[in-house]
Amino acid sequence: MITLYDFELSGNCYKLRLLMSILRLRYDIIPVDFFPGRQHKSDWFLKLNPFGQLPVLKDDDLVLSDSGAILAYLAKKYDETGQWFPNDPAITAEILRWHAIADDITSTASAARLALGFDYDFDVPKAQAGAHRIFRLMDEHLWFGEREGRDWLCTPPHPTTADIACFPYVMLSEEGGIGRQDYPALRRWSDRVRRIPGFTIMSGIFPAGRALEQA
Amino acid sequence: MCHPTSPFPFRLSRSNLTTMTTPDTLTLNSWQVIAATDEIPVGSITRTTLLDTPLALTRDRDGVPVVWRCTDEEPGDEIDPETILDRLPVTTGYGFVWTSLGTPPKELFSITEYAEPDRVNMSCGSIGIHVSAPRAVENFLDMGHFPYVHTDILGAEPHTEVKEYDVEVSEERDEVLATRCRFFQPRAALSATDGMEVEYVYRVPHPYCSVLYKSSPEAPERRDVIAIFLQPVSEDRCRAHLLQSMIDSTSTITELRRFQQTIFGQDKPILENQYPKRLPLDPRSETPIRADKSAIAYRRWLSQKGVTYGVIPAAG
Repeated sequence: MITLYDFELSGNCYKLRLLMSILRLRYDIIPVDFFPGRQHKSDWFLKLNPFGQLPVLKDDDLVLSDSGAILAYLAKKYDETGQWFPNDPAITAEILRWHAIADDITSTASAARLALGFDYDFDVPKAQAGAHRIFRLMDEHLWFGEREGRDWLCTPPHPTTADIACFPYVMLSEEGGIGRQDYPALRRWSDRVRRIPGFTIMSGIFPAGRALEQA
Repeated sequence: MCHPTSPFPFRLSRSNLTTMTTPDTLTLNSWQVIAATDEIPVGSITRTTLLDTPLALTRDRDGVPVVWRCTDEEPGDEIDPETILDRLPVTTGYGFVWTSLGTPPKELFSITEYAEPDRVNMSCGSIGIHVSAPRAVENFLDMGHFPYVHTDILGAEPHTEVKEYDVEVSEERDEVLATRCRFFQPRAALSATDGMEVEYVYRVPHPYCSVLYKSSPEAPERRDVIAIFLQPVSEDRCRAHLLQSMIDSTSTITELRRFQQTIFGQDKPILENQYPKRLPLDPRSETPIRADKSAIAYRRWLSQKGVTYGVIPAAG
């Protein structure tokens, strides 16, 4: 039985809800009052994750933390297609590269959002500039990918956990005052993610329009 | 962003233009919310901004809030509140701290239900939004967006009609009141098990605050109370302080907060994409529909009261 320790407005928690929805996994949610209650720093939570960070996922007796690590675990354990975290060594390296970039997006785009929305004491202009730098590089990578017929962040002709890991805090960037007008390829990629079968939303992220399906 | 009504000469920098707004008299002399009382540290400093004015706040050993105009204090600094002599007025109400940059009235507006002993009262957080406080009030009054923004919770297609409802400005209490608001809601509250037609009453007892009463799924003869208190940070930014006062004997505070934050998190990007960020009060500036009746009354009430902060006043 899978249990997710979850905060609705957390993009990192949403990564796991999203992959579990796509993989059609059943799971329980234990809500954690990250804000304003700061329960992720409470004694009971620190016993689950001494680093005091969400999300935490329990699978029977196994306790896991870090969204990227858990994405890899869920894909390797439950994805029968083997597509979401393929075994190929080169592709594994490619995916882990993007998991690391997802963490950089968290420390920039998500930090700006936490500062503006949740009163965290972070340097907003610095976080915003850092996010724009990453978005510019992602936009280029995706733009050249489209020219080569590659729709996703990594080489395979289907999405991987890399796309799931990078998606939420790209989508929530405007809450941190980071616009995406200048990144058309990034926006097209985010539309493709939102059309993956089994896609689910979180507060602040709306479903893609139906235009493409009807065309 | 250029400030269309700014009296300042062009040579001033952009930051000056956006930080030098003088609030209207009513806004200056009103109580304004600044924090959830429980979240203010005892003996150390936290900071916030009200009407472009940086404030420092702390609580003394008895838990009583102390608020003053911030100079060089940094968040986390230790402080003995006894040493703060030049204080701003403070009152507490509904779990929050309220202050004023002017001379506030004796009492805050009343929400009598809050004192009922079996209610679960909580802050659901204070969340910054990049929009003016009046825009956030107006969104709170709107039912038309329920099926599209709060899909499968507060509304669902095809139940999109906003039925006729009543709006009045109560002379006696000086507030906008919308009654007989009915809407079909798939999940009206955490305690709801089925879709139901819910009846709402909205009050706007303060230019930047609104209180909503809705039939409680657990006790249909009573009403859950949800309020939004907006802290006007600047003309185009505010902090939404969310209050729930619920009839719910089974859910935990964490679960109740999560429900409200889920809804507010859906409103946030919609609100932040509204343009202009200040609320236009000129009746010709935006085209209303029947569902906007309460918004029209609210805008007119703000005009009549002379509120200019966070709005674009009507010409003439």
